[in-house]
Amino acid sequence: MSKDPAGKAYEAPALIEQDIDAYLEAHQHKSLLRFITCGSVDDGKSTLIGRLLYDSKLIFEDQLASLEADSKRMGTQGQELDFALLVDGLAAEREQGITIDVAYRFFTTERRKFIVADTPGHEQYTRNMITGASTADLAVILVDARQGVLTQTRRHSFLVQLIGIRNIVLAVNKMDLVDYSQQRFDEIVADYRDFAGSLGMESFLPIPISGLKGDNITSLSEQTPWYSGPSLLAHLETVELDTERMARHNFRMAVQWVNRPKLDFRGFAGLVSSGSIRPGDAIRVQPSGRITTVKSIVTYDGELAEAVAGQAVTLSLSSEIDCARGDVITIADAPVEVADQFEATLVWMDEQEMLPGRPYWLKIGASMVSASITRPKYEVDINTMGHQAANTLALNAIGVCNISLDRAVPFESYADNPDLGGFILIDRMNNRTVAAGMIHFALRRSQNIHWQSLEISREAHAAQKNQQPRLLWFTGLSGSGKSTIANLVEKKLHVLGKHSFLLDGDNIRHGLNRDLGFTDADRVENIRRVGEVARLMTDAGLIVLSAFISPFRSERRLVRQMLPPGEFIEIHVDAPLELAESRDVKGLYKKARAGQLKNFTGIDSPYEVPENPEIHIDTTSCTAAEAAEEIVAFLLG
Amino acid sequence: MKLAPTTTPRLTHLQRLEAESIHIMREVVAETARPVMLYSVGKDSAVMLHLAKKAFYPSPPPFPLLHVDTTWKFRAMYELRDKAARDAGMDLLIHQNPQALAQGINPFDHGSLHTDLWKTEGLKQALDKYGFDTAFGGARRDEEKSRAKERVFSFRSASHRWDARSQRPELWRLYNARKARGESMRVFPLSNWTELDIWQYIHLEGIEIVPLYLAALRPTVTRDGLILMVDDERFRLRDGETPVQRSIRFRTLGCYPLTGAVESSAVTLPQVIQEMLLTTTSERQGRAIDHDQDASMEKKKQEGYF
Repeated sequence: MSKDPAGKAYEAPALIEQDIDAYLEAHQHKSLLRFITCGSVDDGKSTLIGRLLYDSKLIFEDQLASLEADSKRMGTQGQELDFALLVDGLAAEREQGITIDVAYRFFTTERRKFIVADTPGHEQYTRNMITGASTADLAVILVDARQGVLTQTRRHSFLVQLIGIRNIVLAVNKMDLVDYSQQRFDEIVADYRDFAGSLGMESFLPIPISGLKGDNITSLSEQTPWYSGPSLLAHLETVELDTERMARHNFRMAVQWVNRPKLDFRGFAGLVSSGSIRPGDAIRVQPSGRITTVKSIVTYDGELAEAVAGQAVTLSLSSEIDCARGDVITIADAPVEVADQFEATLVWMDEQEMLPGRPYWLKIGASMVSASITRPKYEVDINTMGHQAANTLALNAIGVCNISLDRAVPFESYADNPDLGGFILIDRMNNRTVAAGMIHFALRRSQNIHWQSLEISREAHAAQKNQQPRLLWFTGLSGSGKSTIANLVEKKLHVLGKHSFLLDGDNIRHGLNRDLGFTDADRVENIRRVGEVARLMTDAGLIVLSAFISPFRSERRLVRQMLPPGEFIEIHVDAPLELAESRDVKGLYKKARAGQLKNFTGIDSPYEVPENPEIHIDTTSCTAAEAAEEIVAFLLG
Repeated sequence: MKLAPTTTPRLTHLQRLEAESIHIMREVVAETARPVMLYSVGKDSAVMLHLAKKAFYPSPPPFPLLHVDTTWKFRAMYELRDKAARDAGMDLLIHQNPQALAQGINPFDHGSLHTDLWKTEGLKQALDKYGFDTAFGGARRDEEKSRAKERVFSFRSASHRWDARSQRPELWRLYNARKARGESMRVFPLSNWTELDIWQYIHLEGIEIVPLYLAALRPTVTRDGLILMVDDERFRLRDGETPVQRSIRFRTLGCYPLTGAVESSAVTLPQVIQEMLLTTTSERQGRAIDHDQDASMEKKKQEGYF
């Protein structure tokens, strides 16, 4: 290939012209490598990608013409082509000079097709880079030969290591600007080697390059006779792929979809994530643990003698066993684990910070389960790799947390199998993908602590009191009248001989929850604890009244889900903000308005109105006594 | 982990792409309520339909095909459309924007309004009419710059708008298909395919495509730098224009008065691929829609064009 960047566009291999059938035959057997480039604009990342596209014919005449024009108009390379302009993206970002995303580029050589994840930008760097790296077999970490290993280089390397990329290239770029100095290259490599060791990185391949001049990109450069390794492209063409590595592991396939076109056929469709399988092999379905054998591997192109990692197939089994979406089919003698509590690393990806205790959707493999997260055990400072205490994780923060699920799922550690150890968290209200997670291991606690089997059941407790346990959940703004109405209801129940108990926001906060403040995260934890206490009391047969602002729908739903259906009665004590504020029994609104109270519901913290409360009390049209009357009638009716 | 005793065959790039597309389609069927496959009769649609047959075999694909028709497609496209749906055992829904029909919107008089009304508005109407919450489309990331960042699962607001900032990060093979009532998804199973991949796959799998992709003598006029085919009597010839027989083929197919042909002698698929590899202009050049401004495709996308 030409080393002159201003030279002519691609010259097609002669084979295309001479014998297209032979060319096609050769290209049908290419493999696919996905990689990511890490580095800032200053490191020459866009130039490198542009160079790879240019040198492998991905740039057409019309694009080249506009590149030439753009290079002259706004390029940074004088009269030479500015390859960086090729990988420019969305109009919005071009205008604002910011990058908001991950872009995927494609190029191909005689041996491989390549997909490059390009993750420019500084602000959202962690989120974008983790996203782009999650599907990559290899990472190219760019270092400016003049600058050497910077904080940013360390940050990129840490993230690459975190996401589990095993093939790492340290591309020491802009060698032309340090006169192709071997000494400078060796210094940088030694520096990086020290750091890589501290990260636990097993190996990396250093290559001296110039993206701008094309040195050691597609072929070895005459400028670096002292360098004996492969060119960047030669390495990319031969390095081992993740699917090849995964093919050597034990067989695992998550069931995506059950195919039953007719009564006598049931097929389990999925993508083989590791290993291989043949008809007749004994398999186990997790979590049920049932064992059978594979009857056939069904595809549109006929039955297969073997399916391997990376293939999408449909398995039919020899016996009728329960198997549904989310189950994992494994080789019988080496099944995956099943658990409902994990330790995991989380990378937070949403503007709204993590709320410990709040339920999120968790998607792993083909399973979608409800999950709650503990406070982080620690947060990782991605510049120093140091651990620091944290109450929550904000956008782009990385931390280690415990996660508990509402049911057990089959899994493997992320290090063993990213398909069965990587997960995303989804906000239950707005459905945004808020975090990426990587399972370290299951917490044995969930397997070892069994529920004490109780001699006296909750039904027995309730029967003794001759009442139905209920949780009357009063929610509304501060000053809406929750406590007043709840007190009146409890008096009436007492008169009727019912055994009740009132949990009040202020009382609970003086004792059980006195360690909690009023941040969103603390509000979630506050309600979770109240919910747990209330549940124990309903187990004891009581009618529990709770009066808490409880501003978030998702926490009220969390408590509702703790109880058997029908026992949670949501009562919206509805008072307009002006009315509640005018009452201001405790003088709190005044303080909040004066800025002395932060995170006050209705002022600088939202109240999410219940959508379908069992009882709606409009305090502008009835008295507290009338409201109490209505609630008791509901309870007894 | 224990090592398996046998060596395993290596998957080619086309096998990997095929598996990825199949995985994506199965996720959609498992996780969304009412999916539909947009079928434009082009080569990408042909590949997408073929992959759908594979994904759900031995069942037929468990969703219908939807053709958002402009009434101005090539006649050969209408012929293949009906046959392809029948062969796949799938329902074919055809939607023509009734307002555009009533107003006689056409590419000769109405310029970009033609695309806006028939395609952009027509698509929104059809999705709303049938209540589809997820639509498969054949777009690829290599088509042009703004698509390089498109998600596989592309989230659309209740008014079908695409907003760069509300797109969700996509990690590993985990796609988030959750959405509120009224919101929808466009899903692009061919995101990671290139034009060359598409042609190679069509060749390898023997997928039936519209004959217009292969060169033949066809009646043409040249206008504004494009070679246009005079496909039926509705084509309005300007003064002095007479259709000339040229050996042409098409690299992309859309409304015939808007789609430029290339002069070619490639009458077999390998010859088409050969020409493509030796050619030096990018694919979308033949479409009038992109020419106005660099970012016009992105603007159209925000407005709800596929």
